[in-house]
Amino acid sequence: MLILRKTEKFLRRQGKPLVNFVFKVGELFIFITQSIYNSLTPPFYGRNFLRQVIDMGFYSLPVVGLTTIFAGMVIALQSYSGFASVGAESMVASVVLISVTRELAPVLSALMVAGRIGAAMAAEIGTMRVTEQIDALTTLSTNPFKYLVAPRIWAGLLVMPLLVLIGDVIGIFGGYVVGVYKLGFNPANYINATLDELEALDITTGVVKAAVFGFIISLMGCYNGYKSKGGAQGVGEATTNAVVSSSILILIFNYIVTELFFSR
Amino acid sequence: MAETKIKLTNVYKSFGKKKVLRGLNLEIKKGESLVVIGGSGTGKSVLIKCIQGLLTPEEGSITVDDKEVVGIDENDKEALHSKMGMLFQGGALFDSLSVWENVAFDLLENKGYKKADAKAEAIRVLRSVGLDPEVADLSPAELSGGMQKRVGLARAIISKPEIIFFDEPTTGLDPIMADVINDLIVESVKGLGATALTITHDMSSARKIADRIAMLYKGEIIWQGTVKEMDETENPYVVQFINGNSQGPIKTGV
Repeated sequence: MLILRKTEKFLRRQGKPLVNFVFKVGELFIFITQSIYNSLTPPFYGRNFLRQVIDMGFYSLPVVGLTTIFAGMVIALQSYSGFASVGAESMVASVVLISVTRELAPVLSALMVAGRIGAAMAAEIGTMRVTEQIDALTTLSTNPFKYLVAPRIWAGLLVMPLLVLIGDVIGIFGGYVVGVYKLGFNPANYINATLDELEALDITTGVVKAAVFGFIISLMGCYNGYKSKGGAQGVGEATTNAVVSSSILILIFNYIVTELFFSR
Repeated sequence: MAETKIKLTNVYKSFGKKKVLRGLNLEIKKGESLVVIGGSGTGKSVLIKCIQGLLTPEEGSITVDDKEVVGIDENDKEALHSKMGMLFQGGALFDSLSVWENVAFDLLENKGYKKADAKAEAIRVLRSVGLDPEVADLSPAELSGGMQKRVGLARAIISKPEIIFFDEPTTGLDPIMADVINDLIVESVKGLGATALTITHDMSSARKIADRIAMLYKGEIIWQGTVKEMDETENPYVVQFINGNSQGPIKTGV
């Protein structure tokens, strides 16, 4: 009897986190479905969308620019030190190009935007939740998914690719600056090497990744804010969860998208 | 006899193991101002949210104009909300919008008003709740608690709703400002001929606003009647609550 009781107690203890996990997954799945449905059906709130575009796009430009320029510069230095030992210095331009467009610009930009915008989204929507502003929206015959979530999802999907394209240019320029002014490459040769190596696939990969990452950032920001509970502590937790979950998902989906494009 | 506007029959709502509403029955007549009194945590806010369709009861029926609210779809819910207004306890004004945009939100987003017309209407309603037009362009954060309540009231009444909910309308206000808000509520409700449901534990507010008072205790309506009947009742729960006695059948759990 004692063993049976202990086993039951053990199973109960193990079962609770499992049930909670399944509940959370189900809740997230329902949230994603509602977000997609409400993003595709009218009414559309253009003004809210534009506000998000400005917040997520325009105001993120300095962060993305700084991140990608230094990433490009570091890759130029690192690859030169490696290639010089085997006499393949001419490969620096193409390594900078491929690294920046396929990986560094999309991933680093997304992580920076997740910290900047994902946190802000979770904090804003979370505060609206705990101060009953979301209930107020509903009582004013306005669907909170359409008013709050859909504009952020669209902004994430459309703005991140644009940010990454700008990041590509700035990152490659960073590599050029180090290559030409520090490592002594001929400017014309460096530019030609970059252009020769440039392929549509490199840019496409980065842009597709950016769109996926933008969706993830907006989704996790909105989800964590929307489901926040309690007062300031709940909003704080929502903000942390938004940044952590979107950062992890960005790294996971980076692999998945790369696998889709480049698996042989 | 006035027709029934809102009817709750045997409504149960719980959160996890906590049973908040336990077989609640309540009826509100058209044009009536009903005040639900009760201590903190007795389920007053949950009651309002269930009527609005923001929370779904596990059991029971809630009808508004003889139409079932429990389990209605999103489109019907929007239609239901279009005939309701609500003054939230903390105001629940949108931080990202100016005062006039808050007040005119329904006109701009749902009623197709042009910006200039919506602003003019918002300023007219702001005046009716005693606020100057200069307030219109401020942000909600720049207002005092009393002013925020007035703006919330203006937002609740601008679309001339058939039903208005007031969630603790005088909480956090000084007695004079609380009385001003009570007067505005009475004026607005009577002016619109609306049905009003107020939840409060402020007895002076309840006396001023109510046509009828109901007392909620442990998830059930345990007493209801007019203000005069309330003053004459010997129901120990009501007597304890309205006199604010710590001794009596209501245990505060302190």
